Amino acid sequence: MKNEKKLIDKMHTTIYTPDSLLANPFRMAREMLRDLAASRELAWRLTVRDLSAQYRQTILGFIWAIILPLANTLIWIFLSRSGVVNVSDTPLPYPVYVFTGTMLWAILMDALNAPLQIVTASKIMLAKIYFPREALVIAGIYQTIFNALIKVTLLIVALLAMGIYPGWSVLLFPIGLFSLVLVGTVIGLALTPVGLLYTDVGKGIPLLMQFMMYLTPVVFAMPKSGISATLFQMNPLTPLILTARDWLTGLTPEYLGYFVVVNMIAITLLIIFWIVFRLAMPILIERMGS
Amino acid sequence: MGETLIKVEGLSKKFCRNLKKSMWYGMQDIGSELRGKRHGADGVLRPDEFWAVKDISFELKRGECLGLIGHNGAGKTTLLRMLNGLIRPDQGRIEMRGTVGALIALGAGFNPILTGRENIYVNAAVLGLSKQYVDSKIDEIIDFAEIREFINSPVQTYSSGMNVRLGFAIAAVLIEPDILFLDEVLAVGDISFVIKCLNTVRQITSKSAVVFVSHNMQQISAFCTRVMVMDHGHVQLDSTNPSEGINRYYSLVKHKQQTSGTGEAEILGLELIVNEQEAESAEPTIPHGAELGCRIKLRIDNSRAGANMVVNISDVAMNQVITMPLYSLDGRLNRLPAGILELEISMGKVELSSGKYSITIGVIDSETMEVLARAQGLSPFCIISDRVYWGKFVRYVVPQKVNIMTTSA
Repeated sequence: MKNEKKLIDKMHTTIYTPDSLLANPFRMAREMLRDLAASRELAWRLTVRDLSAQYRQTILGFIWAIILPLANTLIWIFLSRSGVVNVSDTPLPYPVYVFTGTMLWAILMDALNAPLQIVTASKIMLAKIYFPREALVIAGIYQTIFNALIKVTLLIVALLAMGIYPGWSVLLFPIGLFSLVLVGTVIGLALTPVGLLYTDVGKGIPLLMQFMMYLTPVVFAMPKSGISATLFQMNPLTPLILTARDWLTGLTPEYLGYFVVVNMIAITLLIIFWIVFRLAMPILIERMGS
Repeated sequence: MGETLIKVEGLSKKFCRNLKKSMWYGMQDIGSELRGKRHGADGVLRPDEFWAVKDISFELKRGECLGLIGHNGAGKTTLLRMLNGLIRPDQGRIEMRGTVGALIALGAGFNPILTGRENIYVNAAVLGLSKQYVDSKIDEIIDFAEIREFINSPVQTYSSGMNVRLGFAIAAVLIEPDILFLDEVLAVGDISFVIKCLNTVRQITSKSAVVFVSHNMQQISAFCTRVMVMDHGHVQLDSTNPSEGINRYYSLVKHKQQTSGTGEAEILGLELIVNEQEAESAEPTIPHGAELGCRIKLRIDNSRAGANMVVNISDVAMNQVITMPLYSLDGRLNRLPAGILELEISMGKVELSSGKYSITIGVIDSETMEVLARAQGLSPFCIISDRVYWGKFVRYVVPQKVNIMTTSA
């Protein structure tokens, strides 16, 4: 039994040269698939490790997963009720609109921050141990999904409490959730290589995304006209938030076409940025030192 | 058995001294990688870059153990990181057959909040092993690490020694590689654990091709079938005779000369005398067991007449291995007269373990104990022998009697 395993292993030859891995695309593709398969168990272990460590150190536990969007919701309800900010009519009661919006946005942000965060936190391990680097990104996705499920559970409970019954379309909501995680991961993965070297990226993301939030129908309704209407409509994040919200609250999605297009592009970009990530990692590890 | 598992040809790697530039070069390298170009700017040094590893070639077969020795910054760890696939070479080629395992950075990836048991599973997953496999081995790991009573406590409550023990136990019990890399892993822990590790490593090494980095010459001498001495990224010596490599390493060690004291005495010169002949070179090589003596020239001010003197032999770490206070025949400390003096001292048989040593001389006022002159790092010399032993002082002994009580045990 053991000898058989040895014989198979012996066939395995590892070669390292300075040549770009792109020079041999078939080998690269084979290695990508092999590492992806090898990543599954490790990613799961890392997820369990990070989540249990995370929740063992808190008293409030999983409430932290929802506290930020919850606070955001309350602030916006206060701002609109008190008349500080004048929000135009929303298709749903404003509290429902802003609560679903901020919750979905928070899921997107989690997904977007995860790759850089988890890779940065694993710098020492990366510098010293060889393991499939994909596992880190996958572990980040797992954690995002776990935290998203907490958010969604609360969201659905709150919606029912507020008298919103989503209907059959809620069955499509997982697709909306999936595309939020997908697009967030793609953006996060794209920023990771540069972000690992230059901390400016990590610091700049919250700033930029805060701005993006106001160009997406999260707390504001879609503007009807003017330059802002164009910006909202062009923003690729708009169809993600709108479609997910519509499915969850039983409205008919208006931007379904754009939603599909954004997802197709995101899947393509995911593969491209995965390749970039793979190619960049050894170079980055070298520059991070040990 | 005996097939070639590692083949390295003309391997080179460069690093950058300047952080900002290093980051920028990293960006450039990613750019060229994405355009399908060769890594590392075609082997040309950019401003502030230097070769950390230059033009290394070797082949290693199963059952062989290659020891990499050299100073800090000689390129040993960089070479190992390239072999391990952590960083890419800038020139040359590495070809390896079989599974690769590494005992490097033990316990990296431990989460301090989680228990020892949980961390075993995480660490094993990092090594690419399944939960089922770990389940079957977990007791063996816990016993090896000798931390059964703490295995369900968070790792942050562990001492550093326990951390290393657990890290080593996980890797040592679980992996069975064709190729193994070891980097200074046995530097910590108490002696009984070190012995256990050494025995385990020896078992693994007999079945694999091993690359072993250590500053511990005893370990190198005990494990390696071959030694490569590195200096500033280059190979200084590649020898299948480990003691030859170790002696070369010692010759690269620099003993820094340093003088201190009040200045009322001064060491003017020191010559070594080996087997009653003056040492032929500045850094003589002395076989173990030779007769060693020295001729010291010194000045003592009139006000300090009657000073005492102590001669020491110091090792690389400036630990004083042998101390020789100067006595007179009446059994009291020798009181040296003032003036310029020349002393000849016989230090007897040097039964020191192989290594590099130097002389430290102190001149002390006999009443006030003030240090008038202290000079260290004088006349460095190498002691060579076939093996490196653990003790600093090595005496070969022949048993006077061996009684055979029974003929089988």
